[in-house]
Amino acid sequence: MRYAMAVDTKKCVGCSDCVVACQTENNVPIGYCREWVVEVMAGTYPQLEMEIRSERCNHCVNAPCVRCCPTGASHFSDGGIVLVDPKKCIGCGACIASCPYDARYPHPDGHVDKCTFCIHRIKNGLEPACASVCPTKCIYFGDMDDPNSNVSVVLKKRKFKTLIPEAGTDPQLYFLI
Amino acid sequence: MTNRRQFIKITAFGAGALAIGSGAYKAMAGFSSTTEAAKLTVNLTRTPTYCEVCFWKCAGWVYKNDEGKIWKIIGNDDDQHCNGRFCPRGTGGVGMYFDEDRLKTPLIRTSERGKQIFKQASWDEALTYIATKMKDIASKHGPESMALFTHGSGSSYFSTLLKAYGSANVAEPSYAQCRGPRDEAFMATFGEEAYSPEITDIRDTKCLVLIGSHIGENMHNGQVQEMSDAIDKGATIITVDPRFSTAAGKSKYWLPIKPSTDIALLLAWIHEIINQEYYDKKYVEKYCSGFDQLKEHVKDYTPEWAYGITTIAPDQIRKTAKEMANAAPAVIVHPGRHVTWYGDDTQRIRAVAILNALLGSWGRRGGFYRPSKQAVPSSEHPEFPTPAKTWSDAFPGKYSVASTPVSNALIDASIPENNPGFAIKGWIVNGTNLVNTIPNQANTLKAIQNLDLMVAIDTMPMEITGWADVILPECTYLERYDNLRVSPHRKPAIALRMPATEPLNETKPGYWIARELSKKLGLEAFFPFEKQEDFLDWQLKKIGSSLEEMIRIGVKTFEREADDLYFANDEAIEFPTDSGKIELYSLAFEQAGFDPMPKYIAHEEPPAGFYRLIYGRAPMHTFSRTANNPNLTDLMDENTVWINPKVAKEWGIVNDQYIWLKNQDEIISEFSIKVRITERIRWDSIYMVHGFGHAQKQMKRCFGRGASDTQLITKVLTDPLMGGTGMRGNFVTFITEKTEQEVAS
Repeated sequence: MRYAMAVDTKKCVGCSDCVVACQTENNVPIGYCREWVVEVMAGTYPQLEMEIRSERCNHCVNAPCVRCCPTGASHFSDGGIVLVDPKKCIGCGACIASCPYDARYPHPDGHVDKCTFCIHRIKNGLEPACASVCPTKCIYFGDMDDPNSNVSVVLKKRKFKTLIPEAGTDPQLYFLI
Repeated sequence: MTNRRQFIKITAFGAGALAIGSGAYKAMAGFSSTTEAAKLTVNLTRTPTYCEVCFWKCAGWVYKNDEGKIWKIIGNDDDQHCNGRFCPRGTGGVGMYFDEDRLKTPLIRTSERGKQIFKQASWDEALTYIATKMKDIASKHGPESMALFTHGSGSSYFSTLLKAYGSANVAEPSYAQCRGPRDEAFMATFGEEAYSPEITDIRDTKCLVLIGSHIGENMHNGQVQEMSDAIDKGATIITVDPRFSTAAGKSKYWLPIKPSTDIALLLAWIHEIINQEYYDKKYVEKYCSGFDQLKEHVKDYTPEWAYGITTIAPDQIRKTAKEMANAAPAVIVHPGRHVTWYGDDTQRIRAVAILNALLGSWGRRGGFYRPSKQAVPSSEHPEFPTPAKTWSDAFPGKYSVASTPVSNALIDASIPENNPGFAIKGWIVNGTNLVNTIPNQANTLKAIQNLDLMVAIDTMPMEITGWADVILPECTYLERYDNLRVSPHRKPAIALRMPATEPLNETKPGYWIARELSKKLGLEAFFPFEKQEDFLDWQLKKIGSSLEEMIRIGVKTFEREADDLYFANDEAIEFPTDSGKIELYSLAFEQAGFDPMPKYIAHEEPPAGFYRLIYGRAPMHTFSRTANNPNLTDLMDENTVWINPKVAKEWGIVNDQYIWLKNQDEIISEFSIKVRITERIRWDSIYMVHGFGHAQKQMKRCFGRGASDTQLITKVLTDPLMGGTGMRGNFVTFITEKTEQEVAS
């Protein structure tokens, strides 16, 4: 089992619903977020192109945050999901510095926090909150080892990319382009 | 003009509905009275609601956590408005409840208007104060001297109250400040409006044409969802906008039009579609009238003519006309929603309607579907008295096409210097922040200063509540019942809103407020049910459901009585217009003394050093009402002014710098605004999101964040047909540093 997510940049309108749904679902304190939206522009008026991406932890196969964690708080869970155990975390911030995607933040309770792919929902057969709320249905989630999962099917059909592949982390957040 | 509403199919609350009610849903045993049902919900983990953050009214579920506190709101899978997916504002709706700056108790003014000095009052004291003043106004000036400005679910209760009192002056700014021109243009053409939710069949369209309509930034949930479906299916999107909107970024064709010239483009498209014989000949012949007059009217409006006006190349105009024709009838030239731009807006949307008629998209799959709506019974009450005068008697002959009271006309009628036919002396303002809604703020404030009574009913301390004599704190939609949501859609459906939790502080539901006030005015016969839930249960049982059932399912969808979502082949249709046809040439407009077919008239252009002020929406905010919502402020806490890089270079303005904006009437924005230098805006315009720059200090999170576009809209281009307030005729320049004198003023 290998969980992954694909975001369709052709459909994403950047509304940030994923951000607020994640916040309410996971009780992320106001002022912090586990995901965010990026808009990239190219060209000059009126020859323009725009890409909008809903971004979060890339749940890398080769995760530098897990490798550098001194206490083992950052770890791999079911399906390769990268998690932080708040009880073990000492808030040293090494993982924050090591993440090429800037996907982690220091929680006011003293530990580091990040996207969990809503593992508590997946276990109950639900999609992550961001995927289930998205009005444009641009977020695909599933098991890469299952050829019929949402994410496997869409990655077979469409062109895609990952972010900062040169970091060699083998990210599991794909962007359909 | 006729208004017979034949396009929409109202499903009767007769046997058909009952059959579904008794068959598909088995009533829950054991809960026979509504009070028991209401008690039961205390233990439920989720309660049904429909959203009040915007007018789309998506139905969903409110979840509470283990401590019994509101946790999250999720869409109802059975709801056609949202298909189980709420938008960011609906998801962040929890913030409306938790906002610590909410109004908490009734307040009565103790100083002159203009200062915010109030005393806390009991409900009885506040309502007695209002009733006494209202009786006073009725005896001195007649009850027609009261006006209601309203938006949202409370509208129906306060409207009942005002009509019972003897006034028909009920105005919703969603008409003259927003959709009005569209409604009248579609009425004149098809005899029907475009409805809300719009009856655009986007999910099955092959070509979607957006004219200044920025779906995706305006987060009209169902439309955003269907646009995404259409993208998946490979539909062509054509976006006309001086700004590279999000939708433009998804479009095959983006036409970066010179602002204020849209009618020229529309006329050139009509010319091309007629000239190339792209139009649906059978449809036009069978259903439309006035084709020959239209053909003659547009004969000179060539793409080359339009090029000089719009800056859109003739080749682009021709290509896009062909795209539309190739997709027809599965094509939508979108009617838009906020369309009060230049004062010729009804005529512009007439051109949109005409284009749709020529392409045969009205009543066709992938064009505009025929909506269906569930009929629900109203409670029985005495007949409303007939008012001696109504809003149109204030300025006879003005805005004769308007089918509903014009908010700005009622404001003008509150100012004695305007010599209105009769004067408005009292306002009730419910759920609409008029100071940031109606352009020309000085005029609104002047009107308020002339009133004998000004009441504001809201959940938040807004600019408008600061001007009221009495402020009544309404609870949020998460703490109250409201009327059933009964909106037109592909299938008739109803949705329930019930309280997820008790109202905070001294806040009360709108129904309770209206009914208690009615008692003080001796009008309680108009509110026969003491509790709204009892009314809902009575009403639901009449259509074969019940409150218990609706508490369990939230949304109930009925079947259409006939398979008539689209026109059948060769269906004979009498359209509810004067001629019974789709009117390409409007007899009603001609009769009212207006152009029967749209014309292009050049608008004023910005003077040197000034830029046209264009405003729009952000997906995480609704109007100016959500700016203090903690969850939504977290997503966007100020607006920015978008400036083209060439312009910024000329001015030496840099990104993230805070500047002030000054308009053509020397009005300087009260607060500074952050600069966003971007290629996404034309060099002759600037853009900002509406709804920021709040001057109400009691909204601590949003006070002074960003600038208010409304403050800078002092020049109003009023639509002579229906009174719409065109707001895109204002020009601004930049002030990078305020002088001491300017700061002092």
